[in-house]
Amino acid sequence: MHIPDGYLSPATCGVFGAVMIPIWMAASKRVKKTLKVRQAPFLAIGAAFSFVIMMFNVPIPGGSTGHAVGGVLVALLLGPWAACIALTVALVIQALLFGDGGITAIGANCFNIAVVLPFTGYYVYRLISSNSPAGSRRRVIAAGAGAYVGICLAALCTGIEFGLQPLLYHTANGQPLYSPYGLNVAVPAMVLGHLLVIGWVEVLVTALAVKYLQKQDAVFFDGGRS
Amino acid sequence: MTLAKKLWAGIGALILLSPLGLILPDRFRAGTAWGEWGVDELQKMRGSVPQGILKLSDLWKAPLPDYAFQGWEGKDLFHSSFAYVVSAVAGIAIIAGVALLIGKVLVKEHE
Repeated sequence: MHIPDGYLSPATCGVFGAVMIPIWMAASKRVKKTLKVRQAPFLAIGAAFSFVIMMFNVPIPGGSTGHAVGGVLVALLLGPWAACIALTVALVIQALLFGDGGITAIGANCFNIAVVLPFTGYYVYRLISSNSPAGSRRRVIAAGAGAYVGICLAALCTGIEFGLQPLLYHTANGQPLYSPYGLNVAVPAMVLGHLLVIGWVEVLVTALAVKYLQKQDAVFFDGGRS
Repeated sequence: MTLAKKLWAGIGALILLSPLGLILPDRFRAGTAWGEWGVDELQKMRGSVPQGILKLSDLWKAPLPDYAFQGWEGKDLFHSSFAYVVSAVAGIAIIAGVALLIGKVLVKEHE
């Protein structure tokens, strides 16, 4: 899901960079207001957890691979804004140190993985968990559902961004300039692998972690609001 | 042991297990993630490489490209697994440092 350099046009990259700047500013404002001293270390743990989870490449039918993100878990523990910051840190280091995701695509990758994924996952979780007790099974199911929806929607956004490129940017004789595959190829390729395999890995990681954390400290499951 | 320490221990265990992320795809002959192909792979797949990708793909030289050591290309899974674990440790050290710093700055201001 990490878009490399050259697959998105500079204009597309500029748009996503411009979209991300106010989101990052809002995130630091929100986190400043809500993050408790006791939660601060968990921002680093969340970023580190997500980074290492993304190293577990899993084969997908069709000969490619994907990986879970763990970002919905971070969102439901610390809130989506804190998750946005934690995931952004992980994505920026991935791009700079490991070339995983392009430098020019940092805005787009952060939009997909640090905004769409944690926010949609978080709100699905909130919707399903509602007012259920912090230690309840309903919370585990809600977390799993959020994880699945979050990562699949992030994959859909990535597919759309790839797929729009050949429509928008091509040479006079129709040769693609950037990502060469259109929506009809890019969207199913990104979405199916996540619906069938990676989404379930994300569910497993999230649900197991929530079950463990419920036993350790159920206070976590107030969405970072207490 | 505090919960934070337990979770760091868990992340340590995940670091040691991370080479599974290399070994499993190797076992199933799974290649690069969709849309993350390098120039050579695109050339093989399509017979040509879009101009923009040719121009921009080398924009940034990462010190540990693809969680591996430069010059270790083509080494066996044992070597690449070692580089993978070293990459995980390096990445997490930097990420934790940056995130702790951000946490400190953000929390301090409203105390």
